[in-house]
Amino acid sequence: MARLDALTGNECAAQAARLCRVDTVVGYPITPQSSVVESIAAMVANGKMSSKFITPESEHSVMSILKGAGMMGERVFTATSGQGLAYMYEPYFSMSTARIPMVMALATREMISPVTVWSGMQDAHSVRDAGWIHLYAADNQEILDSIIQGYLIAEHPDVIIPVHVCYDGFYLSHQTAEVVVPDQEAVDAFLPPCALTQMLDVNDPAMVDSNTPGDLMMEYREDHLASMRRALDVVAEVDAAFAAGFGRSHAGLLETYRVDDAEEIVVTIGAMSGTAKDAVDAARAKGRSVGLIRVRCLRPFPAKALGALLAGRKAVGVVDRSVSFGWSAGIVYQETLAALGLAGIAVPTLSAIGGLGGADIREEHLARVLDLIHDCALAGRSRQDAVWMNHELLSAQRR
Amino acid sequence: MSDVTELIHQYLRHNKKFPHVFCPGCGHGIVLGSLIRSVHELALSKDEVVLVAGIGCSGRIAVYVDFNTVHTTHGRALTFATGIKMANPDLKVIALMGDGDAFSIGGNHLIHAARRNIGVTALVLNNSIYGMTGGQSSATTPKGAVSQTAPFGHLEKSFDLVKLASAAGANGVSRGTVFHVNMLDRLIAEAVSRPGFNLVEIMSPCFTQYGRKNKFKSAVDMFKWLKTETSPLESWEQLPPEEKAKRLPIGTFLAGQEPGLEVLYGNLRDDLAAKEQPR
Ligand SMILES: Cc1ncc(C[n+]2csc(CCOP(=O)(O)OP(=O)(O)O)c2C)c(N)n1
Ligand code: SF4
Ligand SMILES: [Mg+2]
Repeated sequence: MARLDALTGNECAAQAARLCRVDTVVGYPITPQSSVVESIAAMVANGKMSSKFITPESEHSVMSILKGAGMMGERVFTATSGQGLAYMYEPYFSMSTARIPMVMALATREMISPVTVWSGMQDAHSVRDAGWIHLYAADNQEILDSIIQGYLIAEHPDVIIPVHVCYDGFYLSHQTAEVVVPDQEAVDAFLPPCALTQMLDVNDPAMVDSNTPGDLMMEYREDHLASMRRALDVVAEVDAAFAAGFGRSHAGLLETYRVDDAEEIVVTIGAMSGTAKDAVDAARAKGRSVGLIRVRCLRPFPAKALGALLAGRKAVGVVDRSVSFGWSAGIVYQETLAALGLAGIAVPTLSAIGGLGGADIREEHLARVLDLIHDCALAGRSRQDAVWMNHELLSAQRR
Repeated sequence: MSDVTELIHQYLRHNKKFPHVFCPGCGHGIVLGSLIRSVHELALSKDEVVLVAGIGCSGRIAVYVDFNTVHTTHGRALTFATGIKMANPDLKVIALMGDGDAFSIGGNHLIHAARRNIGVTALVLNNSIYGMTGGQSSATTPKGAVSQTAPFGHLEKSFDLVKLASAAGANGVSRGTVFHVNMLDRLIAEAVSRPGFNLVEIMSPCFTQYGRKNKFKSAVDMFKWLKTETSPLESWEQLPPEEKAKRLPIGTFLAGQEPGLEVLYGNLRDDLAAKEQPR
């Protein structure tokens, strides 16, 4: 029987790794992820988990060891944050482009400088083009379930791409919430044992990663992109299959909330979405016609589906916990603009930026963003510069 | 005592940055005091000193001390320090790191800084553990010791920092402890004064993340260990081999006087510039 438990987001990630029967976990401590690998160390130590557990001297070594184990056909796992992800970038990129389908948990963290250990999505968003599938969880249950789904997606024969399950550092990583922990039999029935081909096999010797000429490189990239495109279907299918088996869904690629008749839309990602739903409810209660779309899958980006959902609206705002340097805007905003462009939709838009370096995104911030989206709809014009949610709220309060 | 406090306050951002983060019984605060006394003793102005720190509990020292300070990234303090020293060789550049910082994630930079003999003083606060992140094994965690990532005892061997830095080519190598404070003041002052690359390994207990799990009853117990289980190098050398193996030698192991890389590089530039003078 599945059991109800009270777990932090990091404990959910560790429990998921156990349930997925990973062969090898390699860990290096970094805030706010450390308790993922610590929980795994404890489970391995007390016999609840039979994985190998390796603790090298850096994150660069973590991902490189995982690549070695992955080439041997193992199902592997790790977790990191911020600077740890930055330091593993070299093998991170080559893990996905060598098509080793692992799952990694990321408790998101703002990037330095200046020094910070707090939340923000700049780390994850900055590597969105490194070839991995990126899922963003909105609560602790979704962290656990997305990691289980993640292995099925990653190892799907039409995909074979690693999956990054990202969740807000501290807000989810350290917050305890009620979570259903599925039993092992149910997960085993959903996720078959790892059957990856062993790239390195003495009976069939091969060289991995030889120096590759441009024409062939183009083929590799084309193939990777084609698999990414197929992953759009697979992410949705796997979530549907999960819902059939476990009785709960995480909305596949995009979650919608009160969008059916909504004239104005706010697009969110991650844990702020729960607060944003409250803000939407409050605005609705005041007679505003507003709905919410949460991006669960940032890579591959569900541009078509998002475009279809945004058609016919009067204004669209996007809330980001990251910045796109060089654009006066957030990163998910850029993605949303691209989706609108592809769909040929001309609609007033705005980019709101908040929650950097652990700054809170409170309901009042989001209520203010909804007001500004409404202003865009009334004016029929996009806002050129990003809305800095902390300033905006202060100046609105002063007025 | 009040004199000491007054002196220390001269060099601290105590009005802005205190209270500090150190646990009761942490050795790192003693190193901070020792560093300040050494700089004062050498009559260096605050502006001549650059303190480049890594990330960890040890790295927090850069936040508190009122020199030019940089809080860098985990493991990389020596590379930033190299850039600063090459840009302005007149500065006294001190890189302050934890054991994890300097020898685990940043071990590569350490051996190359030593080999290059860049004129930087490396202070390594060795508590045998990753303190800040919650007590995981580092490259100096002794074999058999219990840590958050080694509940049955650490299987790997640990580095001997003195031997490693010496073999890598450092000019000066010494080891002190936060129990032997007068000696530590002297070791730091000498290291800062000597040319080239100088490393001071400083044994600095972490009861919170290491001692508790490894049979120490208290932080005081760890300081007692530093007192009873170490010997000054000169007397350690007289010990029979089996005694030597049990005791940790402290003092100065190497005191070379080779000029640092920045000096050799400056001389080369001067020579080449002189040759290029139009006749
Ligand atoms: C690239 C990277 N990985 C991991 C971390 C997380 N981290 C911060 S401090 C630390 C360990 C500190 O240990 P040590 O250097 O021994 O210093 P101490 O806290 O013991 O003084 C780690 C792993 C980081 N900041 N950057
Ligand atoms: S955790 Fe250890 S190293 Fe960090 S402040 Fe506490 S005693 Fe010092
Ligand atoms: Mg340490």
